Amino acid sequence: MFRRTLLRTAVAAAGIVLAASGASAQETFKVGLILPMTGPFASTGKQIAAAANLYVQQKGAVVAGKRIEIVLKDDTGVADVTRRIAQDLIVNDKVSVIAGFGLTPLALATAPLATQAKTPMVVMSAATSIITERSPFIVRTAQTVPQIVTPFAEWTLKQGIKRMATLVSDYGPGHDVEKFYSDTFRAGGGTIENLRVPLANPDFAPFLQRIADMKPEAVLVFVPSGVGSQFIKQFVERGMDKSGIRLIATGDVTDDDILNPMGDVALGLVTAHHYSAAHDSPENKAFVAAFRAANGGMRPNFMAVSGYDGMHAIYEGLKKSNGQGGEALVNAMKGLSWMSPRGPVSIDAETRDIVQNVYIRRVARVDGELYNIEFETIPNVKDPAKGK
Amino acid sequence: MAKFADSVADRAAASLLKRGRWRPAEILFWLVAFGAVYALPGHHLILNEIAIIGLFAVSLDLILGFAGIASLGHAAFFGVGAYAAGLLAIHVTADPVLGLVFATLLMAVVGYVSSFLVLRGADLTRLMVTLGVALVFGEIANKNGWLTGGADGLQGIFMAPVFGVFEFDLFGRTAFAYSLVVTFLLFVVARRIVASPFGLSLLAIRDNPLRARAIGIPVNARLSAIYAIAAAYAGAAGALLAQSAQFVSIDVLAFHRSADVLLMLVIGGTGYLYGGIVGAIVFKVLQEVISDWTPQYWTFWVGALLVVLVLVGRDRVGARVSQLWARLGRGTR
Repeated sequence: MFRRTLLRTAVAAAGIVLAASGASAQETFKVGLILPMTGPFASTGKQIAAAANLYVQQKGAVVAGKRIEIVLKDDTGVADVTRRIAQDLIVNDKVSVIAGFGLTPLALATAPLATQAKTPMVVMSAATSIITERSPFIVRTAQTVPQIVTPFAEWTLKQGIKRMATLVSDYGPGHDVEKFYSDTFRAGGGTIENLRVPLANPDFAPFLQRIADMKPEAVLVFVPSGVGSQFIKQFVERGMDKSGIRLIATGDVTDDDILNPMGDVALGLVTAHHYSAAHDSPENKAFVAAFRAANGGMRPNFMAVSGYDGMHAIYEGLKKSNGQGGEALVNAMKGLSWMSPRGPVSIDAETRDIVQNVYIRRVARVDGELYNIEFETIPNVKDPAKGK
Repeated sequence: MAKFADSVADRAAASLLKRGRWRPAEILFWLVAFGAVYALPGHHLILNEIAIIGLFAVSLDLILGFAGIASLGHAAFFGVGAYAAGLLAIHVTADPVLGLVFATLLMAVVGYVSSFLVLRGADLTRLMVTLGVALVFGEIANKNGWLTGGADGLQGIFMAPVFGVFEFDLFGRTAFAYSLVVTFLLFVVARRIVASPFGLSLLAIRDNPLRARAIGIPVNARLSAIYAIAAAYAGAAGALLAQSAQFVSIDVLAFHRSADVLLMLVIGGTGYLYGGIVGAIVFKVLQEVISDWTPQYWTFWVGALLVVLVLVGRDRVGARVSQLWARLGRGTR
């Protein structure tokens, strides 16, 4: 009995000594990556985590004299868990940056914590405009909903289209798309009608009938990626593509992750977004090739490029702040600009939100696979919902 | 003859009294739990979550384990309790104890009212009705964004210190101590309730409702009462979550909350109150440990464990553990 106790004490002591020496050997700079790795939004987590790891692998783990270490946690897409994990990472794992955040509520729940703990928070996916206003420590490398749809509405008007309909899923991001698109479209002299479909298991038939009766010149669709292909299939099956109603969508519907399996029905679909895996630049070609090689041929999507750029912002920020974290790092990240795989981007010094090109794309078959081929560029779009 | 009857009654009374007595293992359990406030400073956040979920599971055990009411929508009370506490903190008072009492009492009323819906049917109907009630609450919260914040969640909750002294800190120590004390007090009350004549009548109803009615137990009134009590407990758990997270998201009302808590109760065992807490500890610790190890595939391992538990049987696992324990005891002596 006594011997056993002695042994245990010795093992425990050895463990403590080891842990202590490991910490002091080289100064580590931990990045807590909080993502939905399981549940309905697991693909978001998978893409971002893969891209963030790729970045560290490519650029080396040491920057500004610090060893970068990514601590990946699964928040299952539940907001209070995200917050608890973030708190846990800050307090116990002593992370210097929290990053990830798959959905808007997850980011909003954590924002007060970033302020309280003075920890920089890099948002790599959540897209509601207000997020960056909720804490001065938030920097976003994803996109915002108005950033995509406002220039898209202007583009639609320029095509001479005056009568539109929108069809969005009945939830937060859908409402945002509807609001910002419609406001811009109306301000430009167009008329627009709004339809909302239930988020879960929608039956599109009655809504398609409504659209057929309205006879708009074009219809804008925003539905979560999974049901997007269902919608397009039903749209084509009813022959509506031949009835003179143009179908356009935000890039979420033709997400690179799910575009290829959608098949020929998606061909010719016009969308607006900030990233396509087919973006024609040497940076992107290298990124896509490396990403595919590291992840068994998986194609990177816009989430992945946000994760990649998020790590880049942290690296460049650390170089500028000489390895300092906290407020110094946030200040260093403000105003950064670089050539991302998606094109030229920068972090707005005032709003800490990303400024980037928005591309109008068309789905086409390239080398046997479906891609979003960019054919028009709207350069340097700031989030239009801010700074008015 | 009369003497014989007396002694039977005495023995029965003695055995019933024994049910209510505190066993050493229980006292040890709570001592360890309170010891964690001092002993495990790095784990207060997860412990806080366990205490809250444990209380929620105890609440489900009250109706499932003691009254035989299966529910797939227990999150309704948890979620509305959370919103009640959150809204009170934003609009009326930031005092946590007042918020807790408010949410608890409000949920008792909501539980009592909805019990009439639940009691109308048999098991399968009840499953569907409880599920439906939770879905309705969820959709109400989703649609009334002006009140609840909708899908973005309820923002801007700020809690005053508990009793004006203990501030909610970043380390979660106050939150854990507060949740643990509330869970413990409510647990003691629940323990008292199930050992009382009222609790015994519930067991009779659970085992044979027809016979219970025949011997004069007012079945529906008793079930309504325990349903209201369980709802109040769930509301208290929800309030604790809202106060310690200082945030309420729409998924407090989601189906997976109801399903998870049922799962924990299945892991820990129903009908002895500790099942919920044990289940919550096992589930959360497993989730934490396995998801650290494999963030993508931890659900598979939790699922596999559950299958093993069902196939082998919890009783047998328990027996094996106590056997091992006994052997270890002999070995070291």
